[in-house]
Amino acid sequence: MSKLDKAALGEPDTVAPSVPDDVFLSVRDLRIHFDTDDGLVKSVDGVSFDVRKGKTLGIVGESGSGKSVTSLGVMGLHRSARAHVSGEVWLDGQELIAADADEVRRLRGRKMAMIFQDPLSAMHPYYSVGHQIVEAYRVHNDVSKKAARQRAIEMLDRVGIPEPAKRVDGYPHEFSGGMRQRAMIAMALVNNPELLIADEPTTALDVTVQAQILDLIHDLQKEFGSAVIMITHDLGVVAEMADDLLVMYGGRCVERGPAEDVFSEPRHPYTWGLLGSMPRMDREETDRLIPIKGAPPSLINLPSGCAFNPRCPYADIPKDNVTRTVRPELTEVGGSHWAACHMTQEQRERIWTEEIAPKL
Amino acid sequence: MGAVLLLLVVSAVTFAIFFLVPRLGGQTADQLATQYVGKDANPESVAAIKKNLGLDQPVYEQFWNFLKGLVAGADYRFGPEATHCGAPCFGYSFKSHIEVWPQLEQRIPVSFSLAVGAAAIWLISGVTTGVISALRKGKPIDRISMFIALAGVSLPIFFTGQVLNALFVYEIPIWDSIDYVPFTQNPAEWAWHLLLPWISLAFLFSALYARLTRAGMLETMSEDYIRTARAKGLKETTVVTKHGLRSALTPIVTIFGMDFGTLVGTAVLTETVFSLQGIGAYSVQAIKDNDLPIVMGVTLVAAFFIVFCNLVVDLVYAAIDPRVRYS
Amino acid sequence: MKTRRVTAGVASVLALSLGAAACGGGGDDNDGNGGNGKKDAALTSIVNPSSKKGGTVTYEHSDVPDSLDPGNTYYGWVQNFSRLYGRTLTTFKPAAGKEGLEVVPDLAEGLGKSSPDAKTWTYKLRAGVKFQDGTPVTSKDVKYAIERSNFAPEALSNGPTYFKSYLEGGDKYQGPYKDKSAEGIKSIETPDDRTIVFKLKQPFADFDYLATFSQTAPVPKAKDNGAKYVQNIVSSGPYQFQSYEEGRGATLVRNPQWDAKTDPIRKALPDKVTIKFKVNQVTIDNDLLSNKITADAAGTGVAPQTQPKVLAGKNAGQTDSSYAGATQYIALNLKVAPFDNIHCRKAVQWGLDKQSVLDAMGGTPKGDVATTLLPPSVNGYTKFDTYATEGHKGNAAKAKEELKACGKPNGFNTILTARSDRPAEVAQATAVQASLKKIGINVEIKQFPAGKYFSNFAGVPSYVHENKLGMLSMAWGADWPTGYGFLDQIVNGAAIKPSGGNNLMELDDPKINKALTDAIANTDDAARTKAWGEIDKMVLDNASVVPVVYRKNLLLRPQSATNVTVTQAYLGMYDYLLMSSSK
Repeated sequence: MSKLDKAALGEPDTVAPSVPDDVFLSVRDLRIHFDTDDGLVKSVDGVSFDVRKGKTLGIVGESGSGKSVTSLGVMGLHRSARAHVSGEVWLDGQELIAADADEVRRLRGRKMAMIFQDPLSAMHPYYSVGHQIVEAYRVHNDVSKKAARQRAIEMLDRVGIPEPAKRVDGYPHEFSGGMRQRAMIAMALVNNPELLIADEPTTALDVTVQAQILDLIHDLQKEFGSAVIMITHDLGVVAEMADDLLVMYGGRCVERGPAEDVFSEPRHPYTWGLLGSMPRMDREETDRLIPIKGAPPSLINLPSGCAFNPRCPYADIPKDNVTRTVRPELTEVGGSHWAACHMTQEQRERIWTEEIAPKL
Repeated sequence: MGAVLLLLVVSAVTFAIFFLVPRLGGQTADQLATQYVGKDANPESVAAIKKNLGLDQPVYEQFWNFLKGLVAGADYRFGPEATHCGAPCFGYSFKSHIEVWPQLEQRIPVSFSLAVGAAAIWLISGVTTGVISALRKGKPIDRISMFIALAGVSLPIFFTGQVLNALFVYEIPIWDSIDYVPFTQNPAEWAWHLLLPWISLAFLFSALYARLTRAGMLETMSEDYIRTARAKGLKETTVVTKHGLRSALTPIVTIFGMDFGTLVGTAVLTETVFSLQGIGAYSVQAIKDNDLPIVMGVTLVAAFFIVFCNLVVDLVYAAIDPRVRYS
Repeated sequence: MKTRRVTAGVASVLALSLGAAACGGGGDDNDGNGGNGKKDAALTSIVNPSSKKGGTVTYEHSDVPDSLDPGNTYYGWVQNFSRLYGRTLTTFKPAAGKEGLEVVPDLAEGLGKSSPDAKTWTYKLRAGVKFQDGTPVTSKDVKYAIERSNFAPEALSNGPTYFKSYLEGGDKYQGPYKDKSAEGIKSIETPDDRTIVFKLKQPFADFDYLATFSQTAPVPKAKDNGAKYVQNIVSSGPYQFQSYEEGRGATLVRNPQWDAKTDPIRKALPDKVTIKFKVNQVTIDNDLLSNKITADAAGTGVAPQTQPKVLAGKNAGQTDSSYAGATQYIALNLKVAPFDNIHCRKAVQWGLDKQSVLDAMGGTPKGDVATTLLPPSVNGYTKFDTYATEGHKGNAAKAKEELKACGKPNGFNTILTARSDRPAEVAQATAVQASLKKIGINVEIKQFPAGKYFSNFAGVPSYVHENKLGMLSMAWGADWPTGYGFLDQIVNGAAIKPSGGNNLMELDDPKINKALTDAIANTDDAARTKAWGEIDKMVLDNASVVPVVYRKNLLLRPQSATNVTVTQAYLGMYDYLLMSSSK
């Protein structure tokens, strides 16, 4: 396979890190553009990342930053003729973008599975929960309905749904929000996927349930040893779970690195903003959250230079107006820690330690 | 029950329109009766008819007698002896003095056959076209289908019907005649001889249903649960038919129930164009003759079908959508 | 509105099918007896004469009959059609042209024997005539048929009631359904099973015509169930009902009990006769053109949309333009000024351009310009033109003269009524308006619904006077084709009624009234017939009736129809006793 050969040879790619052997999913320069009546929407524009088995990658960003589009791209779910997908997605040594659609379909739900944000709308209202799990199981496993049903009950039990033998015949609308999300997780995990993508899995849930669900995903990950991509706009969600972090803005990656490093020494003003708007247990109640001013950028007409420049309070620090004319590339700022900003390392270090960190 | 009450209201309103309104407009019982005497409306005949039809009674009493006849039957005398008309007695035609119910009984199968065949055709063709259109949105096949659908919606039935009739019965005589052959007599003949009316009627409705299905499919296919179904690795055909179509069809079922129920009593134009003796054509004749008992009969039968079909829709709906079932 | 849309739709369809026909070319094979005949051939001869037994005659009708029960119908076509299953005392001779107006005995051996005062009429029934169940037809069955048809309006109200009006004691008798006495009406005597005697309260020399009415077809009392009898009519003719579907149609098959020896006038060629009701008129026309059916039972001609197609096309030779036995005229009301003055009436007579009116109504296919009240297809019609003008275009000079004599040299204003739902009548009114304007008569048109025209408006003298309706559109056909049948209801002073009358002129001229009474009492056929033409002239001299058009039908006879001839006795439709089919 020529594709595989090319990857093995290591295409010259200045941005992407080298691929270690234990990487289960490797995304290289993924671009997903959509033709619309208003113009070309560059939802994802050159994103690369790796996810290791048993590890969790958190993808963080505002809505419209391209994080969900990225995950659907990995799953091969951009089917519309108006979607243009390019780049490479390597899943367990197999490239998916150029692969046959039916081949990718066979991987979906088996090797890679997805948990969606709102389980009420993401589950079919007309079919029982059990039926939908059975369907997911039987499409990849040649088993009897009875066996599949047994499997569904087992999975419902595993995700902590009480009386699973009874609830298996229930319909999504009969479940509470948390239970529905558990059922959704059961459905995603029914085929022991090696990659689990969770797209805002807790957003629609209330806070106490959120924690339970996150714990559940965490426990199941440990148990199955899956790689997990956790997509969220809430840094708090990934803080506890993620091994690595990818911060997206305007369809691009602005900062990436081990979660610990990104949290302790963030090197992009946008990440600072995200941290500032994150509720923390250790923050004093009187302090107000600091929202990022301005609105997310249009994906049709991204601001020239650094896409974040109109909202960045430090846009004028680099000389020659470079923030508004030249797009910053990801540069390594520490061990596997990358960020795309025109400010010098020192400037960023200083601003972080002197201005930002104390306020958090 | 609600349905019975509804039918009662419908009959009262019909009765009022045909009896009360002319009276409020200054028509006397004599003038009403004159319509039911032939060309030679001499005063004696008018008086005799007025009395025999009960037009000399107060309107509420006439209505009460009508209702009583429906439930308990009634006695009429349009000949040497009085005859009993058993329940449900819709009375006797004011014009021909023939019992209404047996007439309806003969005509309902015609209208029903017309509706059933047309419905089958339009459901299959309309939904198929709609699904294909939706899945190929913007492609030539979608544009062509939607253009034809637009034509179908815009072209009146008496046009398509007459064109088909002129073409296939006279110019290129594929059909010898358009006729109603009872299903019980010969199912093949039944279908063959009704095919043209079915097609003309179905053309209009297919167009409507194609558009509805297309819109429904487009909406459904963008639902989150369709994405979920795909994420599970289901085949696209399964996604479309099992997950997409089932949801998209739900509103269609509702509309279909109403259309079908209504159609049984109102396929007037099709029946007229193809000279079929259904209850639609019968009602037109009755309205022309101001023949109240027939109008009442047809209205009640039509209303019954509408109510019945809506009931069936409710049941089907519950079978399709579990959320309806439990609430 | 809807009909207009339908018409438009139909018109475009026809245009389309015409185009298709043109493309297809006229390759029709001349099957059957061939011989299309010539245009109007059936007016004077029997087209496609045949004596071959068998085949099926198929009729279609765009509407429903009032009833197929011979005792409960007024429609001309049912009178014609019912002779297939009901033998009346007398009937019209199934023959071509003028001969068709001749009354011949049918169930009776001979025509009625009248007393010198024309008040007693005796008929002797033929021997050996049986009902379909084998029971012999007796004079009592005829008497009963008349009783039920004339005296039981509570059940059978559709038919005319001439017997009731003319029979002695007719106003007292309650009818067979109420009066259960064995003897029934006393003025019809049945001294034996084959003799029937009618006693009238006034002289009535046209009685043989009355005896042609389907009401004299015998009905066995034991089988009569009133309004329901239509569903099980007992035949006395060559055909009996195999099936009858109310409002939908019927199938007639041979009546094995019918004996040709007892029936000199019926050939009864077809084995089967079917009729279908409520068939779209355009479909009927197409079925005729494509030889699928034998005749349009209504006998009033093709749909307006079909007219140009058949007149111009290869089918022109298959058409017959027959007189419909009706005259369209304008009644000038003698009680509304200025028509109380004969000169003002004459001004209209002279001034009206009748040709332009006919053209406005659709021209020749619709009829001929009328100069008399009696149409040419009625016994007693005499050709004359009291107000003859060149080309029927009117004479303005003479009209002005009359206006001057009337004291209105500059003309006057008046109102003309028309039935709004009769397009031809509205067209006629508009043309009359345009024509009279030229001589200074300003006509305002008022339209009324046809259904209430006589009961509420034009037939109500008080309404007419109050609203000064000087000119009233009117069309009239006779119940039987004689001068009396035509004139009595419209020019006799006795026909003026407070409501529902047909004498719209309110003509009550003692001379005319007396002439009518004298003539109908005259048993001399020739003298009587001559009298009708004279009365017609008297009416025109009075100038209160302005004849406009003798109405015509444009009939179409398919190639498969055999023994086709127009009968003037039944409003100019084809004779259904003769009609047979090569199919």
